[in-house]
Amino acid sequence: MRPITALTVSEGRLFLRDGLSVSMGLLFPSLLLVVLGSALPGFREADPDMGGLRPIDVYVPIVVAMALANIAITTLPTHLATHRERGVLRRMATTPAGPGPLLGAQLIVNVIAMLVSVGIAITLGVTVLGVPLPESVFAFAGVLLLATLAMFAIGLLLSAVTPTAKAASGAGMLVYFPMLFFAGVWTPGPTMPETVRRIAEFTPLGAASQALSDAWSGASVAPLSLAVMAGYAIAISLLAARLFRWS
Amino acid sequence: MSVIELRNLTKRYGDTVAVRDVSLTVEAGEIFGIIGPNGAGKTTTVEMAAGLRRPDGGTVRVLGLDPRTDGRDLRREVGMQLQEAALPDKIRVGEAMRLYASFYPRPADWRELLDVLGLGEKQNTAFAKLSGGQKQRLSIALALIGNPRVAFLDELTTGLDPAARRETWDLIESVRNRGVTVVLVSHFMEEVDRLCDRIAIIEGGRVLAVDSPAGLIGAATAEQRIRFVPETPLPAGFLSDEPGVTVDASGRAVVVTGAGDLLFTVVSALASAGIRPRELRMDQTTLDDAFLTLTGRALDEN
Repeated sequence: MRPITALTVSEGRLFLRDGLSVSMGLLFPSLLLVVLGSALPGFREADPDMGGLRPIDVYVPIVVAMALANIAITTLPTHLATHRERGVLRRMATTPAGPGPLLGAQLIVNVIAMLVSVGIAITLGVTVLGVPLPESVFAFAGVLLLATLAMFAIGLLLSAVTPTAKAASGAGMLVYFPMLFFAGVWTPGPTMPETVRRIAEFTPLGAASQALSDAWSGASVAPLSLAVMAGYAIAISLLAARLFRWS
Repeated sequence: MSVIELRNLTKRYGDTVAVRDVSLTVEAGEIFGIIGPNGAGKTTTVEMAAGLRRPDGGTVRVLGLDPRTDGRDLRREVGMQLQEAALPDKIRVGEAMRLYASFYPRPADWRELLDVLGLGEKQNTAFAKLSGGQKQRLSIALALIGNPRVAFLDELTTGLDPAARRETWDLIESVRNRGVTVVLVSHFMEEVDRLCDRIAIIEGGRVLAVDSPAGLIGAATAEQRIRFVPETPLPAGFLSDEPGVTVDASGRAVVVTGAGDLLFTVVSALASAGIRPRELRMDQTTLDDAFLTLTGRALDEN
């Protein structure tokens, strides 16, 4: 096996052995969706304020954005910071493989985990809660890809500037909750106040959430959302690459 | 044949000079010790030799390779056990071995290596569940998994109990017996004294001396000292015709100081005078004394 393959298998196994990564990274978004959809009374009834959609229909793309944030902001930086703190990256640097493939393996594992988490949420939404499939699957996939680039860049920046795993998860929480707020986790769809929406358009997860919702409902995706995500993806990646330390 | 050649290595961290003008040569098949107090520049020196840090000045050749340009080739031939480099808590011993074996072109048989290191039974144990000694042995196993020609072992036995430390020493000897050149960084005098063919004493980023343990001790020892209590009083002028030997018979115990083969001189003079010595004691110079002489302070004073 090539180093990157062996490392991806190994990192994947470690991800699955970590209870917090599995619960937060893989299961929590789906759990939230199912609980809201089945426990809250009004969530499965058409709402005239939402153009006849049910709140749960509006909520699925928001949960997808949350699934992305859980991986990019909580599991990825914590795993990378732990590896650095414990000297795993340094030990890798003594081998012919170097530390690079470990970073690559982490990215692969976390992207797979994110896709699995999103996949579970959408499957449950469609099968259990009767949410219609995205109007435009390609637009949705394209937006998800761009959102992934932006959010993973932020995750990498977090792991670049935090010296320890504790600091990484602390800093992660500081950006995680505001991001969820702007993504509309507490104020889905039309219930978000207009001022908040204006601000949210310029935050990475807010832009992602709005673009994912547009793609899901078949509306044309706002160019601003795409530009905001692309801007974060490029600027933050460059910054993270500059600041990342291997040891 | 020289396996490692360091010439005039210098490394600064900001205003602090960690290593200044260090030159060392390590021969094939030897266990070479680098000893000195904390912060002396030992680790920085080995990390530059292994290509983990870039020197500010000077040259490094390991097996004829320059870490700056041939880093990858070099890391195939060099195993390194780093100070305080752990593994993820939940990785199992066998998984770690298989993973690290995949990084090298011709890895050692990892099961056999685990058996040799006494970890054969621990294949399915998670790293976090290993004892301190077992973690160290796994770390050595990972340093040897690529069948290296040179192994750098940094502060290998720090934090181990004396029994585990002795086991580790046996292990290092068996590594050398496999034909691996070993560079051992330590701040335990007993360890380098027991294991090393040659030792470099480093302090304040400089090499103060390089020699065999016996050579270092010999160079530091001008005089030996023998004490004994004679059963009957010494004859007048005892040993007075021996050049360079002084006798102090003022107390209950007689103290003889001098250079050369002092013990033989004293014992044969006592025998010919028919006097039995009691409580005979010879003050043996140790590597600690040699270190003290060279650096002006004891190793454990840091």
